[in-house]
Amino acid sequence: MTDASLTPWKVETRAKASATFAIVAALIILLAFAAPLFVSRSVLQDLFFILTMLVLAQNWNLLAGYAGLVSVGQQAFVGFGAYAMFALVILAGLDPLAAILLAGIASSLLAVPTAFFLFRLQGAYFAIGSWVIAEVVRLALAQLKMLGGGTGTSLPREATRDMPALKLVGELFGVKSSGAGDILTYWLALLLAIATIGLVYRLLRSKQGLGLAAVRDNQEAARSVGVDARRMKTLVYLAAAFGTGLCGALIYVQKARISPDAAFSVVDWTAYVIFIVVIGGIGTIEGPIVGVIVFYILQNLLADYGSWYLLILGLIGIAIMLFAPRGLWGLFAERTGIQLFPVRRRLTGGTVTPSKKGGPHG
Amino acid sequence: MMWIDTIVQGILLGGLYALFAAGLSLVFGIMRLVNLAHGDLIVLAAFLILVMVSALGLNPFVAALVAMPLMFAIGWALQFYLLNRTFGTDILPPLLVTFGLSIVIQNGLLEGFTADSRRIPVGGLDSASVALGPINVGVMPLLTLASAVAVIIGLNQLFYRTSLGRAFRAISDDPVTAGLMGIRPKNIFATATGIAMVVVTIAALYLGTRANFDPTIGPARLIYAFEAVIIGGLGSLWGTLFGGIVIGVAQTFGAAVNPEWQILAGHLAFLLVLLLKPRGLFPRAVD
Amino acid sequence: MALLETKGLTASYGDFQALFGVDIALDPGETIAIIGANGAGKTTLMRSIAGILANQPNAVLFDGEAIGALPAPDIVARGIAMVPEGRKLFPSLSVEENLLIGRYGRAVAGHWSLQTVYELFPILKERRGNPGTALSGGQQQMVAIGRALMSNPRVLLCDEISLGLAPVVIKDIYAAFPRIRAAGASLVVVEQDIGQALKVSDRVYCLMEGRITLSGAPSDLTREKIHSAYFGAGA
Ligand SMILES: Nc1ncnc2c1ncn2[C@@H]1O[C@H](COP(=O)(O)OP(=O)(O)OP(=O)(O)O)[C@@H](O)[C@H]1O
Ligand SMILES: [Mg+2]
Repeated sequence: MTDASLTPWKVETRAKASATFAIVAALIILLAFAAPLFVSRSVLQDLFFILTMLVLAQNWNLLAGYAGLVSVGQQAFVGFGAYAMFALVILAGLDPLAAILLAGIASSLLAVPTAFFLFRLQGAYFAIGSWVIAEVVRLALAQLKMLGGGTGTSLPREATRDMPALKLVGELFGVKSSGAGDILTYWLALLLAIATIGLVYRLLRSKQGLGLAAVRDNQEAARSVGVDARRMKTLVYLAAAFGTGLCGALIYVQKARISPDAAFSVVDWTAYVIFIVVIGGIGTIEGPIVGVIVFYILQNLLADYGSWYLLILGLIGIAIMLFAPRGLWGLFAERTGIQLFPVRRRLTGGTVTPSKKGGPHG
Repeated sequence: MMWIDTIVQGILLGGLYALFAAGLSLVFGIMRLVNLAHGDLIVLAAFLILVMVSALGLNPFVAALVAMPLMFAIGWALQFYLLNRTFGTDILPPLLVTFGLSIVIQNGLLEGFTADSRRIPVGGLDSASVALGPINVGVMPLLTLASAVAVIIGLNQLFYRTSLGRAFRAISDDPVTAGLMGIRPKNIFATATGIAMVVVTIAALYLGTRANFDPTIGPARLIYAFEAVIIGGLGSLWGTLFGGIVIGVAQTFGAAVNPEWQILAGHLAFLLVLLLKPRGLFPRAVD
Repeated sequence: MALLETKGLTASYGDFQALFGVDIALDPGETIAIIGANGAGKTTLMRSIAGILANQPNAVLFDGEAIGALPAPDIVARGIAMVPEGRKLFPSLSVEENLLIGRYGRAVAGHWSLQTVYELFPILKERRGNPGTALSGGQQQMVAIGRALMSNPRVLLCDEISLGLAPVVIKDIYAAFPRIRAAGASLVVVEQDIGQALKVSDRVYCLMEGRITLSGAPSDLTREKIHSAYFGAGA
């Protein structure tokens, strides 16, 4: 389509920012931080699960929905972040909280060589390539006898019990260290989720994010407005590795026990995440939020049905992809025009999308 | 001597991986589609053969023959009714739909057959071996490699000697002009996937007879197949056979050093090729 | 009754309308030429007839049948073949395979076969094993024409076959036209070269900005008429 150059490309922001939403969001966040005061431990643990899945989903959405990098190997960074945290705590005697942050950095460092390999593969091959990388990291870490080899290991009790932050929380709420642990990890997950959404939102509204959306919507046009697609994609890949690794470390601080098979599980850390994003709506910030709620409800409804649960989840994912590729949030936004996070910029002009009449066949 | 034995065993193992990969290579060459459920479809076919062997008392080879048209029909329908609908400019739908399919097949099989390990019995054949000079090779591994070579020859004949093969190549070059020749993409794609599923059935026969399998091993087979395709170069069937052999030899060498390194060694060989020759060892001239 | 007819044919690419109610007719045994400037809509018209672009069913009639909404394979099967603009040979197919694939959707007995196409363009026989794209432009055009002939079409659509070719080569290729007509095909020839168009055709249509601005037998058309139909009255 050489005609694209005829019409100049313009970028539009559909800014229908909702002030009421900002107020409601602030209230929800306040309430969420106060949650340990009035909900039980098991609810707190469920909320932790929801928040960490949300963080993973936002990261995957950033990769696939905005940068067009469909990875089925993000478990590489969950597992690597978790193992890095374990290594720092067990071998270097670090405080788990500090270890979480360092684990995020370690994950983005791992992403440098893997990006080097993966960016040689395009599209679908990128997807399977990312899976191979995850397998390599899993198999390599399973060789580390000091971290339990193939069977895994646990965090030493005193490492978590003696955390200064934990003591503080324990005294604040007057609970034992295990209860304080749940509160602390919950808060961290909440912070991480807010920070992730905030950063993704800012990234997508920035000039870089604009370029990213441009790259996704139309490579050619993006080039014509001077966006370096490759550099953008690499940056997003590294950022997602950081966020995913950090989240993986946090998840495993809470679990306190790790094994290669669990930490690198493609079902737990990638399949679920993909379903969350697809069901909620790929390419939006709202999508993963809706998706994680639906996912949690489904999981509770179908928990007793074993493999039927995943089977149904898979069928729902396929159906959504075929009939409502913008997901539940997409359906909702289409009907109402509501956008909570107005970042969807589109390139307008230029392209010619064939209409029904006179459109090409097939 | 031990090294020669290791290499020979690796080449024979490579035959199995080439069988896993041939269907993937075929489908990618024609429609640029990567089916993430490919490995799970192999496992599905293995269960199909197993059921026919245990329920009907068929010989496994006969069962595979019976399974072929069934798998062809499954592949045809899958492509025609499901995957064809995902084609467009966006790569997400085909990837995510086949990923969902992979999860669906795995869990469907788990529901139907539990997570127990199975094996398709082949009488005494799995322990039979012949002496090739100084080394002994198993009859089943030998048959596997021979089948892989036969499949590659057959697919090449189909591609370069038949009218259907011309249609395959034409549509992968230029679907619009292919339409002007009277080629219907949807039917051709469905036929291609059907043929890929026939190859998958052959792969499943050897997967199921040579080692234990269970519903969850599909993704690993997909990965080996993918590695073989990339090593060989996209769209080259002989390259795919060679790629399978590279993975097989790397794995047996890895295992010879330390049994825990078998799989890792295969992956590392793949990454090495990706590093040195990103387009594979035998890239197709026109792409 | 006309063999092929368009009636009020419109076509759009998205919001952009390229054809506004085009009426043309092709009688059996006839050759018509479509002329017009760049972007006039000639290719769009060919693609609409060939089924690459979908239209209202009644906008295109072939032998009295409404074929406007049919996809390309159904159009070929009925006997309308196209030599597309830019030749569009299949790079992974040899010359001979490119010819053979022309029969894929319509393998009917008739004058045209590998042998008769090779007789029409003997150079192709020499180069039959080469990849189609390894040939010179003129030879590639011969392959494209031969490929379309292999389906023994009743109507042959030729979109700018002289594009980018040297005058001697163009002459060679058009020299084949009497034999193509003699074998029974009716022709629609799209040309930017007006002289060439007037020479080969029984009737000419001039297309400007998606509308027919002039039609008639070459002998009835004056240079001035063609000029204003081609570039607009003000030009
Ligand atoms: N795929 C397309 N998408 C959008 N617009 C198109 C497309 N193809 C053609 N057009 C537009 O439709 C109009 C008619 O184009 P068409 O190709 O039919 O002209 P033509 O007469 O064949 O020109 P030429 O002599 O250059 O081949 C032009 O304005 C062109 O820009
Ligand atoms: Mg044209």
